[in-house]
Amino acid sequence: MNNVAAVEITSLVKRYGDKTAVNGLTLTARRGEVTALLGPNGAGKTSTIEICEGYRKADGGAVRVLGLDPAADGARLRPRVGVMLQSGGIPPAVPAREYLTLLSKFHAHSLDPDGLLETVGLSGSARTPYKRLSGGQQQRLSLAAAVIGRPELVFLDEPTAGMDPQARHATWDIVTGLREAGVSVILTTHFMEEAERLADHVVIIDNGAVVADAAPSELTGSDGQLRFQAESGLDTDSLLAALPAGAAAKESPSGHYVVETQGAVDPATLAAVTAWCAERGVLPSSLRVESRTLEDVFLELTGKDLRDT
Amino acid sequence: MSAAPAEAAGLRFAPRPGAAPARRMIAAQALQEIRQLVRNGEQLTLTLIIPLLLLTAFSLENLVNLGAGMTRVDFLTPGVIALAVMSTAFTSQAIATGFERRYGVLKRLGAEPLSRGGLIAAKTACVVVVELLQAVIIMGVALALGWSPDASPAAIVTVPLLVLLGTAAFSGFALLMAGTLRAEATLAGANLIYVVLLGVGGVVFPLSKFPASVRPVLELLPTGALSTALRDVLARGAGLPLAETVALAVWAVAGIALATRLFRWE
Repeated sequence: MNNVAAVEITSLVKRYGDKTAVNGLTLTARRGEVTALLGPNGAGKTSTIEICEGYRKADGGAVRVLGLDPAADGARLRPRVGVMLQSGGIPPAVPAREYLTLLSKFHAHSLDPDGLLETVGLSGSARTPYKRLSGGQQQRLSLAAAVIGRPELVFLDEPTAGMDPQARHATWDIVTGLREAGVSVILTTHFMEEAERLADHVVIIDNGAVVADAAPSELTGSDGQLRFQAESGLDTDSLLAALPAGAAAKESPSGHYVVETQGAVDPATLAAVTAWCAERGVLPSSLRVESRTLEDVFLELTGKDLRDT
Repeated sequence: MSAAPAEAAGLRFAPRPGAAPARRMIAAQALQEIRQLVRNGEQLTLTLIIPLLLLTAFSLENLVNLGAGMTRVDFLTPGVIALAVMSTAFTSQAIATGFERRYGVLKRLGAEPLSRGGLIAAKTACVVVVELLQAVIIMGVALALGWSPDASPAAIVTVPLLVLLGTAAFSGFALLMAGTLRAEATLAGANLIYVVLLGVGGVVFPLSKFPASVRPVLELLPTGALSTALRDVLARGAGLPLAETVALAVWAVAGIALATRLFRWE
């Protein structure tokens, strides 16, 4: 049974009126792994997840969750799958602990609500009604609700949206804990750092289809880059000419320069860049040497900057 | 906890899925529905305070010429019981469910092992428990005000049957509104219908005072049918009033059928 994928989606299509939200999407999320669906708003992430959760019907293609059809086998899937919606779902006047206690009654071997509140850092807010929790606390209660039934698979739709960095790290710890315990996790995010840190497997989605699908390290590769800021309009062609073969140079956006290298940036490249600047009497600021990030991959694949969406 | 949180969490998160027995799920959800109702002051006013206020005020003072050949409290008690059933099964349930739908609560519950049927069963159990509570309090106050029901022993069966039919009819339309309209529209509509049916449902104003042309219609509306039937049974010693019973049954079947077809969970 454990050879069955957590989620297997083949050529999925979902339309709303004449708008196609999901357009032939195919992906496989393996058991026991964290799979991140990464993409801008409107890419089709939530539609895809909600079809997996049984909330929406597909207009085409096939979806298997733990080997079952979410549209037809909902009753068999629901005890095995945890769900965290993108927002809401919890009665506003109900206190955190009361809500988790209710959900614990729906499961045969549920986690202890008090222990779970402690794990998600809500012990001090156990009696606070949902509507009076901060946005980050509401998200964490929603996460706790998704895992209280000890599911095999959890769907987390933007689990850290609107969280401060501290709450985000606490959530990452929980996702890591789930993975260590053998729970399969499918999460959507538009935080690159989140996907890079948590995911065994990243699926980049744009316009309702998969544009890349691999481990984060495979997607980013070993190529490096050097970034600096200087006055705008410098001649990047002459910069390129000064660099070792195989490198690329561009100005994007204005005043921000990027030199991309095949393999890691080497000292000779750094020296070439600074020498080129010195020849022009330019002092580069914020000069950084880094490896390529998922953000760069995303930008390259979709032509979009995720942070702007 | 002595272990690092992630480690401790890792141990505890180990998958062990399984649905609880249906009875346990429904009982937990029903208790939660009751808890939320009690927490909500406006709903409680609607279900308990208004019926008691009407019963007491109209019993003590001759505010309306009942002209029905019975004491005021004997006339009012069956009508107020009908009003209490409407307030709980219809108005209160419609508003609560409408907002649950709006807040995504119904959607999120849909991901739990509790089935949709189980959720409806829990809501019904909550309504019935609240109605029993209302009945005890209303009848207690009525007895204190001098209520002396003139009912045959069969009323032990016919009154609960009528209340159950009324509850089914009101619940069907409550869920129909909650599951099709926006929450605000349900709030406004359910309150409006409550007030209108309070006026023309034979609760405190006798239907005999209405023109003969509209009276048969009012007697067949759910509230009119329930109040008239309860009055016949509790104040006139009647058996099961046929026309009203059939009317309530038709409303119940129609409401539940429409709600089943048209209810949208999100």
